[in-house]
Amino acid sequence: MRFMMLMIPKGFESAPAKLDLDAARVTEMMKYNQALRDAGVLLALDGLHPPASGARVSFAGGRPKVTDGPFPEAKEVLGGYWMIRVNSQEEAIEWAKKCPGSENEVIEIRRVQEMEDFTPEVRQAAAGLNDLQHEARTRT
Amino acid sequence: MPATDLHRTIDAVWRIESPHLIAALARMVRDVGIAEDLAQDALVTALERWPETGIPDNPGAWLMATAKRRAIDHLRRNQMLTRTHDQLGRAIDEANQVPPDLDSALDDPVGDDLLRLIFIACHPVLPTEGRIALTLRLLGGLTTPEIARAFLVPEPTIAQRIVRAKRTLSEAQIPFEVPRGAELKERLASVLEVIYLVFNEGYSATAGDNWLRPELCEDALRLGRILAGLVPDEPEVHGLVALMEIQASRARARTGPDGAPILLLEQNRARWDHVLIGRGLAALERAEQLGGTIGPYALQAAIAGCHARARTAADTDWRRIALLYSMLARVAPSPVVELNRAVAVGMAEGPAAGLTIVDTLSGEKALSGYHLLPAVRGDFLLKLGRRDEARAEFERAASLTRNTREQELLRSRAAAC
Repeated sequence: MRFMMLMIPKGFESAPAKLDLDAARVTEMMKYNQALRDAGVLLALDGLHPPASGARVSFAGGRPKVTDGPFPEAKEVLGGYWMIRVNSQEEAIEWAKKCPGSENEVIEIRRVQEMEDFTPEVRQAAAGLNDLQHEARTRT
Repeated sequence: MPATDLHRTIDAVWRIESPHLIAALARMVRDVGIAEDLAQDALVTALERWPETGIPDNPGAWLMATAKRRAIDHLRRNQMLTRTHDQLGRAIDEANQVPPDLDSALDDPVGDDLLRLIFIACHPVLPTEGRIALTLRLLGGLTTPEIARAFLVPEPTIAQRIVRAKRTLSEAQIPFEVPRGAELKERLASVLEVIYLVFNEGYSATAGDNWLRPELCEDALRLGRILAGLVPDEPEVHGLVALMEIQASRARARTGPDGAPILLLEQNRARWDHVLIGRGLAALERAEQLGGTIGPYALQAAIAGCHARARTAADTDWRRIALLYSMLARVAPSPVVELNRAVAVGMAEGPAAGLTIVDTLSGEKALSGYHLLPAVRGDFLLKLGRRDEARAEFERAASLTRNTREQELLRSRAAAC
């Protein structure tokens, strides 16, 4: 099963637009990333620029509306993610517990949807999804 | 915490932590059987305590600390007749070292403990089936029922294999060291063989109706990747990982919606997992960069890589594949390799050339029960227009396989002649 571990750093919602990472913190996190790799469970990982340099598109009223960051109403925003392959949600949770998270950080664990999770109608509608995903990944 | 969640969590903790736990304990007590017992005892204690206290923040360290205490008791209680008083004292001191940070209780920075455990579980003194069962148990964190289900074998049989394996290791007094130099290469071959056997069990069932047991492939891949991290300078480890990654990439394309098998050349290549292919090709490159004579796993991976790189079946570089098979025939000769070379030559130079090679194999005792020999021969005969002979060969092939899906495929090929 695949899981996303979504990093939610409190305060990131008001971080300045220019990315300002602490090298010492990155070093610590790299050890954790290595451990995920050494255990053979890591599939992907990335960090995200702060919302201040991002944008949101909403669709109320049937028309897309763009709002530039930062987003004052947002109480929690994503800072990054890992995707891992493990046998159970409990295993994913145990891995999340090992992360050297700081005082303000929360990791949300979410299972990744697979074709097997869909009803037959949805599976039909989503036919070609796997091909799309695979093709897209080849391009990176 | 509801009871079921707790048990699933403990299962998860066990799966993640048990190999490191057992590896560290094995270093202390010099016996895998005792190491596993100590680890299991710690697990039992956890099952008793954690429902009341909750799961500890660092469950791995908790288990290690609990197991270590028992290990020290064991070392003291047992006379350890084979060891001198000094050695015993040193072992107890080592076990007594309480690291300032609980995290490092499980620290195995060079990975030596885990590596030692892998080599011991795959020791050539054990029969292959014992090595597989022990490896899956100690390193894969699989339970006896899980292993039994994966190999379609009764639970008591697996339990027996594990018991016998531990006893053999105990009695043979296998030294608890990571092999070095020439011995490392030899012992590594045994480890790679075990991992690949597990992978193959998952990839193509020899009996029964299902072609794939994907979880076993995952377990083998995970073990391979771990090993590649622990022994990064050995090209054949990367070769094996490359081979498994690329083969696993085809998992979703190998069966049709009704479960019928689809041959490699007929598979929808958009269904191939290109993430796995990318990883496989990267591992293959690492193997090649390390230099030396290219080994059999790297060669097989290179062959798989040729298929993986071809956008369509028609784009396949058959000449290169035929060349790789002839290299494989030199390094790891076998009638099966020659048969595969015949297929590649047939594609590169025409069915007559392929048939010539296949006909040299007709007397091979090793292939007398192998269904792919008549299947390949039938394919060449069909391409040469010799339909009656082709039909006979496909029928013969169908009678030789125990996999019912394969039988259906071969019978339909016979009928189409």
